[in-house]
Amino acid sequence: MFGDMVRRKSLGTGVALFIVLLIAPLIIPKFYIYILAVIFATALLAMSLNLVVGHGGLFQFHHAAFYGVGAYTAGLILAKTSWPWWIGFMAGPIIAALTGLVIGMFCVRLNRLYFGMLQISLGSLIWAIAFRWYDLTGGDDGIHGIPMPEFISSLKSSYYFVLIILGVCLILMYLIIKSPFGTTLQAIRDNPERCAAVGINVRRHQLMGIVVATFFAGLAGVLFVTVEGSVFPDLLFWVLSLEIFIMCLLGGWFTFGGPILGAAIIVSLRTFVGTYTEYWTLILGIILILLIFFLPEGIMGYNFVEKFSFRSKRTSASRVE
Amino acid sequence: MLQVQELKKLFGDFKAVSSANLTVEKGQLVAVIGPNGAGKTTLFNLITGQLKPDSGRIVFNDENISNLPPYEICRKGIARSFQIANIFPRLSVFRNVQVSVLSQQKLSNRLFRPARNMAADETNRILESVGLLDRKLDVAGSLSHGDKRTLEIAIALGNEPELLILDEPTAGMSPEETAATMSLIRKLADEQGLTILFCEHDMEVVFNVAQSIMVMQQGRTIVQDKPEDVRQNIEVQDAYLGGA
Repeated sequence: MFGDMVRRKSLGTGVALFIVLLIAPLIIPKFYIYILAVIFATALLAMSLNLVVGHGGLFQFHHAAFYGVGAYTAGLILAKTSWPWWIGFMAGPIIAALTGLVIGMFCVRLNRLYFGMLQISLGSLIWAIAFRWYDLTGGDDGIHGIPMPEFISSLKSSYYFVLIILGVCLILMYLIIKSPFGTTLQAIRDNPERCAAVGINVRRHQLMGIVVATFFAGLAGVLFVTVEGSVFPDLLFWVLSLEIFIMCLLGGWFTFGGPILGAAIIVSLRTFVGTYTEYWTLILGIILILLIFFLPEGIMGYNFVEKFSFRSKRTSASRVE
Repeated sequence: MLQVQELKKLFGDFKAVSSANLTVEKGQLVAVIGPNGAGKTTLFNLITGQLKPDSGRIVFNDENISNLPPYEICRKGIARSFQIANIFPRLSVFRNVQVSVLSQQKLSNRLFRPARNMAADETNRILESVGLLDRKLDVAGSLSHGDKRTLEIAIALGNEPELLILDEPTAGMSPEETAATMSLIRKLADEQGLTILFCEHDMEVVFNVAQSIMVMQQGRTIVQDKPEDVRQNIEVQDAYLGGA
């Protein structure tokens, strides 16, 4: 069947890409290994955002806050306590998910735009804590030289660690999106009123979605710490939230892998354009404008739409799995 | 099974429903009729919790459900369709119905098992009973208006309701589609013993199908009775049938 074919093909592409990425560090220079690893962490972050935005239809405007909470939690535990490393790594996503739960509980009571605005304010509050609480977080300096366990202390080993965690998370997210929970979340995105009328507790379901997404965001933060060895307030600044939003938009809201592509493009651009000009955010703005006008469904979404209309001309109706 | 007593709902100063009374017995096919703006849809929205009443009581199976949220009312056994096609346009026809079946079977929160084949038999059975089985892979948004309305009913059936509420199930339909929808409603009532409450503009349809008719005007219940008796009722003739 058509759907199966597409699925097999994209699975094939994914596996091939994964193998290439496994081999890559043996060939490419150190700097690129580092950039790739940052892309992986950011890709996980963008994927987690898309879980609630693309699939859940929620105005999750300050998702970076949870990324930062994950990163800071892991960073603080590794740098300031003598606890074993894995406690820090586990605590990152868990504390992020708890923060997501608390903030989410307030947000899901509000509708759309108000949801987004409340989240920006509560998220900025967390940023302010990280920025101002000098004794704990190091303020705007952040914390540097966070000690990593032996097996991921080199760049290459941390690269592989991040890649594998990303792979596992992608599989988990795929399962979640295809599960009854994910299906229901997408149905809520399309029509919350109807969902309530078929007996779904819409708010609770959305809150669960937020907790899951913020868990993965926290994990992405931990991955970033693994690669970078430091944390700083920019990790939970609202500009980053905007950037990952654009990643999802660029890659394609309604596709599974879109945000990964978006993350790869934006992180590369930021890195390479950023070395030439200070006006990186200007370019980001132009990208956003062009996107909204010409690619509202994103790069991968665009393909999808085209295939769709091509098929529908022949079969008179579009079909999905 | 369902009793609505002196229900009242204001929108600002406007009395959308000022005094609605309604009784639905188990197994009955009950119609609500009335001119545009009589408050029929508001009444249905009050019963299923989309709106909160200002006063009055809604009793379902001896339980006051007046202030429950929609999802809890649904879980008590009342499912509904909406007047404007209220479906999940991006999802397939199959998924549309599956969402409500999953909700009914309390599977909506499963996280890691694929939903693809879950509750498939039940979903297919419902699609077959409404005649949409051969369209199950189509994107719901691509269906014709009539099929969307039928899908509406199928989604409501996914909840295995005791009471099915249909808000103008034939609104905007061609005569053929109207006939098909009415025979579907009759079939559901006869074969599955469903209790159905619906409202409708087409008088012909209502008097043919309904076992009890409630007439509303300007937010007020004028009468509820058997079709023959409603036809006789002078007050109704003035309000609705234009003295005919």
